[in-house]
Amino acid sequence: MAENTTLFDYLNLFWFTVLPYIALFTFFLVTIQRYRGKGFTYSSLSSQFLENKVHFWAMVPFHYGILVVLGGHILGFLLPNQLLLWNSNPMRLYILEISGFVGGVFTLVGLINIIIRRLTDARTKMVTSAADWIVISVLLFQICTGLYTAIFHSWGSSWFAASMAPYLWSIVKFNPTIAYVTPLPLMVKLHIIGAFSIITLFPFTRLVHALVVPNPYLWRKRQVVRWHWDRKKIRTPEFKINK
Amino acid sequence: MDVRSQISMVFHLDKCIGCHTCSIACKNIWTDRKGTEYMWWNNVETKPGTGYPTRWEDQEKYKGGWEKLNGSIRLRSTGKSRIIPNIFHHPHQPGMDDYYEPWTYKYDELFTAPEGNDQPTARPISMVTGKYIDIEAGPNWDDDLSGSPVYAANDPNLKGLTEEQKMQLSAIERLVFFYFPRICNHCLNPSCVASCPSGALHKRGEDGIVLVDQERCRGWRSCIPACPYKKTYYNWQTGKSEKCILCFPRIETGQAPACFHSCVGRIRYLGVLLYDADKIEDVANLPSDELIDAHRDMILNPHDPEVIKAAKANGVHDSIIKSAQKSPVYKFVKEWGIALPPHIEYRTLPMLFYVPPMLPVMTSMDGNAKKNMCEGLFPDFEKSRVPMEFLANLFSGGNTGKVRYTLKKQMAVRQYRRAVTVGDIDMEAAKKMLVAADSSVEEAEGIYNLTSLCTFEERFVIPPANREEAIQMMQDPLEHKQSVGFGLLEDPERGA
Ligand code: SF4
Ligand code: SF4
Repeated sequence: MAENTTLFDYLNLFWFTVLPYIALFTFFLVTIQRYRGKGFTYSSLSSQFLENKVHFWAMVPFHYGILVVLGGHILGFLLPNQLLLWNSNPMRLYILEISGFVGGVFTLVGLINIIIRRLTDARTKMVTSAADWIVISVLLFQICTGLYTAIFHSWGSSWFAASMAPYLWSIVKFNPTIAYVTPLPLMVKLHIIGAFSIITLFPFTRLVHALVVPNPYLWRKRQVVRWHWDRKKIRTPEFKINK
Repeated sequence: MDVRSQISMVFHLDKCIGCHTCSIACKNIWTDRKGTEYMWWNNVETKPGTGYPTRWEDQEKYKGGWEKLNGSIRLRSTGKSRIIPNIFHHPHQPGMDDYYEPWTYKYDELFTAPEGNDQPTARPISMVTGKYIDIEAGPNWDDDLSGSPVYAANDPNLKGLTEEQKMQLSAIERLVFFYFPRICNHCLNPSCVASCPSGALHKRGEDGIVLVDQERCRGWRSCIPACPYKKTYYNWQTGKSEKCILCFPRIETGQAPACFHSCVGRIRYLGVLLYDADKIEDVANLPSDELIDAHRDMILNPHDPEVIKAAKANGVHDSIIKSAQKSPVYKFVKEWGIALPPHIEYRTLPMLFYVPPMLPVMTSMDGNAKKNMCEGLFPDFEKSRVPMEFLANLFSGGNTGKVRYTLKKQMAVRQYRRAVTVGDIDMEAAKKMLVAADSSVEEAEGIYNLTSLCTFEERFVIPPANREEAIQMMQDPLEHKQSVGFGLLEDPERGA
């Protein structure tokens, strides 16, 4: 680093270079290790059984909202150029921005209902852990900074493609270039830090259920029959018990 | 022909005394853990009644089982296209209040209460929150028709009965009820399995037991609305579904399941049935009125050389074929045709069968005078207090002929045995009744023996354990008490 490095530079270095790598390594190592060692703990941990009404107003907006928002971010990351092209027409830009924003609002409404439900329903309280509150707080922080950004630093879908996507790719390619993000406004920076914090917390919390979403279900036959033994084989005279 | 073996069951309802011993036996072994307090893998209901969970038979509410649509069947609410959008909140999933909030009593207050004028009491506390609760419902709240204007009057099986018939059911002097013990039916076309997004629910090929793989279950909960009998349950502590495992660790070591073993009324029979798995889909697709017969036709004759050959070719062990030949279930269901599946119209092809109860009226009050309701010694079951339609709604998809057939045969057997033992009935007349009931003297003796004199070994014909194909038999059940089932390599701890 140059001589005139300030504390500020060190901080930038930590938040945008060190933290992302901590986050990614923790994410991959711990999720895999947890799946192998404690696969039993991978569950949605649904509490619909305990409280069946507010649950709807919490879970449905939250999950659909976050799917839209997350989908938008992933799209911007994977196809930045196509996104810019799409946004070159103002009409299409508005459509994209508005759907993203509505998704964000849905997520927020859902999350607020989640908080209310977990605070007020006696039974649901019993299955709410400290980890759940940590997850809820980080998510709340993330949605608020996200919505703030969407309102006050408009056309995020375009500048995301122009500066965030290259930054994220530079991380993926092990050549972190923080110059893309250092000039960004504070709220956006907080949003990035929040994102990597969530990724770090992810493997230790109930968030892992997102990784076990059922997809083979869509392709498999209706009925599942498990044979523990190849019966035809063990009925042949050559077969010996070697257990 | 794809011959498979299935451990199947018969419950003889005329013998059930409603003692709930079966439920307690099950609870003590399997569901005395946190998160499972409310589960009764085995429960005994009073019929008419709303059951557990309340009104489970109301598929308008819970949308369980299969429905016929344009010539094929689909899950009523939990098929592929609908479980994905519903995965965050299942609109038809029963909540805890549809079962009940489990409770215990604060016994220590009996000892710590300060001295006073009143007896100390142990107040009920919730087993979920630990707080005091007012108990408003329980799994057997309507036992023996208690609260019948609320419970019995709301039984879904009363559909289609006339007002007069309903009155007849509940007239004060002529109250009628019977017990209906229920466990998972270990169906051939289980809707719980078909709905499971994770592929955790499965049917064991070797013996047909339906299980939830605890390690694969991710808590998507679709099996709970999907099972029309409401025999899959959600463990709110571990975030996994659980269900009756037919005590497979006991079965694999040649012992009867705990509820069977402990049954006081000896109403339970267990044995192997051989069936043709190729037919499952076609049968489940048939029009409603053909289901009972077609379901029965899938069950193969274990004495038929062709069947034996096909079974052997499929790897079914000789010992299993031998126990299939001695199976009491085969006798009740196939040979005698007096056991019927519950709610066949759900199309899951249940493998637990019921011998419908006879609820005869002997006498009735006519003003102040006692009136004999029957001419001979035994009453006419057509004049039974419980309308035939009610039994038919339960056991034959509304087809009263099927229920009538089983009752007629049971009645003929009674007449015949009376003629043998007491002799106050004309033997010729009794034999005529047998013939009219599509039976014979040999068959009547068989039914009588297996109903009244049956030994333990006759009721439970479990194939001897074949070590080379045992699945879990080497595990000690007691070691796993308080944990989740078998084969887990880690503690069933709740995730963060
Ligand atoms: S009764 Fe049938 S559908 Fe219900 S849990 Fe058992 S096997 Fe599954
Ligand atoms: S133990 Fe037997 S007799 Fe008693 S309630 Fe259960 S099934 Fe009926």
